[in-house]
Amino acid sequence: MNRSFTRRIALGALLLGATLAACSKKEAPPAPAAAPAPAKPEPLKAAFIYVGPVGDAGWSYSHDLGRRAAVEKLGADKVTTTFVEKVPEGPDAERVLRDLVAQGNKLVFATSFGFMESIVKVAKDNPEVRFEHATGYKTSDNLRVYEAKFYEGAYLAGVVAGKMTKTNTLGFVGSFPIPEVLRNINAYTLGAQSVNPKVKTRVVWVNSWFDPPKETEAAQSLLNQGADVLLQNTDSTAVLQAAERNGKLGFGWDSDMSAFAPKAHLGSVALNWAVYYEKSFREAMDNTWKTEVTKWGVKEGMIDYVKPASFLPADVQQALETAREGLKTGAVAVFKGPLVDNAGKEVLAKDAVADDAWKGAINFYVKGVEGKVPSGN
Amino acid sequence: MIRLDVRPTPSLAMSVLSPVIALTVTVTLGGLLFLALGKEPGRVLSMFLFEPFNGARALTELGLKCTPLILCALGLGLCFRANVWNIGAEGQFLMGAITGGGLALWVTNAQLALSPWAFFPLVVLAGAAGGAAWAGIVALLRDRFHANEILVSLMLVYVADLLLSWLVFGPWKDPRGFNFPQTVNFSASTEIPRIVPGLRLHWGFVFALVAAILMWLFMFRTYRGVRLQIGGPAPAAARYAGFSASSAIWTTLLLSGGLAGIAGAFEAVGPMGQLTPHVASGYGFTAVIVAFVGRLHPIGALLGSVVLSALVIGGQLAQSRVGLPASVSGVFQGILLLSLLACDTLIHHRLRLVGWSRRTAP
Repeated sequence: MNRSFTRRIALGALLLGATLAACSKKEAPPAPAAAPAPAKPEPLKAAFIYVGPVGDAGWSYSHDLGRRAAVEKLGADKVTTTFVEKVPEGPDAERVLRDLVAQGNKLVFATSFGFMESIVKVAKDNPEVRFEHATGYKTSDNLRVYEAKFYEGAYLAGVVAGKMTKTNTLGFVGSFPIPEVLRNINAYTLGAQSVNPKVKTRVVWVNSWFDPPKETEAAQSLLNQGADVLLQNTDSTAVLQAAERNGKLGFGWDSDMSAFAPKAHLGSVALNWAVYYEKSFREAMDNTWKTEVTKWGVKEGMIDYVKPASFLPADVQQALETAREGLKTGAVAVFKGPLVDNAGKEVLAKDAVADDAWKGAINFYVKGVEGKVPSGN
Repeated sequence: MIRLDVRPTPSLAMSVLSPVIALTVTVTLGGLLFLALGKEPGRVLSMFLFEPFNGARALTELGLKCTPLILCALGLGLCFRANVWNIGAEGQFLMGAITGGGLALWVTNAQLALSPWAFFPLVVLAGAAGGAAWAGIVALLRDRFHANEILVSLMLVYVADLLLSWLVFGPWKDPRGFNFPQTVNFSASTEIPRIVPGLRLHWGFVFALVAAILMWLFMFRTYRGVRLQIGGPAPAAARYAGFSASSAIWTTLLLSGGLAGIAGAFEAVGPMGQLTPHVASGYGFTAVIVAFVGRLHPIGALLGSVVLSALVIGGQLAQSRVGLPASVSGVFQGILLLSLLACDTLIHHRLRLVGWSRRTAP
């Protein structure tokens, strides 16, 4: 019986192989694209890899919006782009990146931190291709990094939340306790405290960037603990929708989420990557592209508080506008001393303004955030 | 009502043709789907059926993707045949990644200069120990307390995942990594030797192939292996024959846990070269599908891994080359798996409309 089973498997495999070969023979020559007239310069070929689905309404969607807007601005005859969504942040990324290079892309964007080691390896082997990595920190001659000062948006949301809360308790759904997310939690709290010193923030971690059921659960547990204005550093609309169902308030994150919760939506902290992608495309086209570290915020338009709710009282709108103008002119700095962490230790001296190294190494909650950073020091 | 009846003698011709029929059904349905989406069906299908096998780089990448699936599916096939429902291969994979990666981290931090060939057997042992220990917990609870192994093995996946998170967010965090959850990059001494320089395929793939042959020998050419499989379909007969159920539980779980652990260790010190929270990419769960697509047979596990890997890789190729959304690739993968399993089921069973005939019978 076993022998016949093996034989069947083997025969099946042979037939499968034969069919595959037959199929592939028929389809082997991939239809060559109609050869363009050589007179015009070739358009720049750029490619993007996203960690989530483009339909997540969050992080990956914002990058895709940016990609499309930048292409539109420059014209499809100048830039052609492709993307691969839902790429796992492990060894798969390297294969996808190499394939994009093999397809002749000259500018490749990897839009999540977990792609760092993969893009470093691929960049090393392909010096003629330019690579860009969002939120990473490793650079080389043909690899540069860019990120948004997301915390400025979180700060603006905090200003609105601090004014709107009735329980003086804010909720935050965190993804992973990395510096970027801790910065946002702290900025949200500091923004709220700038208008309402009594505010405290509770945090629940979901250990995922995109997991709507878990995000919903986390939001519900925050609401049960008395939080009445929620913000999330995850990529779906689940937290905002949970606030809507419970008659509480929330924010959109990454992109305009007003459509998902008309009653709860106070505004969205939205990314606008188009400003950067346009610059990057231009630089690659006219060969002025060089390695640098880009961190843009409200001033450059990479992050903003969009679609403020129509029901915001005038004083809240005023506070929001003041804070936004302050961030633009530099009058307001989100992380400015004196700052103490929630154990009472001073983390930033009086009048000192945090530098990039300080912001990159955040591993604590500021005063007013409850609890302890998971596996923090 | 529809009832599935076992056919007295499954048709041999049909058994052989089953994968072909499944493929034809998939190609037809998939082709219609792609046509409806306004894509060129032939070109999209070639992304799944041809491109993943096209050229040296594609083939080695396919082998790399297959390696963890083969190792996990081999053990699961044995477990399922012995009626031990270990569905926690993902957790055992993670523990292997932790022990194998931990060993590599230690070698890196101690700045030991080893030959990668000397490290290879060590990392296999470390991974096997980690995975087997994790599966051993399942075996112990099932053997001593009759705890349901499905629940225990599944729950231990989350425990392993959190343990890995704790390690990379805490004690194993790269001190110069700006607080990001990752270990340092492992030193060159710990890298698994590659089969072809410049391509990522490593000797772990050959290890997996050898493991498949050994598993086949064990299952069908040893007394112990055959005895294990009797416990599956006929537990009463096995008991009557004096075969120990407890020994079956321990043997299958330790073996499958060990293999999944080795897969995890290979992944950590192979293509990743560091530990991050993203070591787990679902290989342990995908391997359950692989095991069934491969009819719980070691050689079937090899073929099943190729099918599943080609589907995943093809899905990504179809995105960048013909603009097929990832969700549609998912639908296509579902169609293929469903038709493979449905063809198999319908060869061994027949559909009968019962109730209808009962009422009309005199």
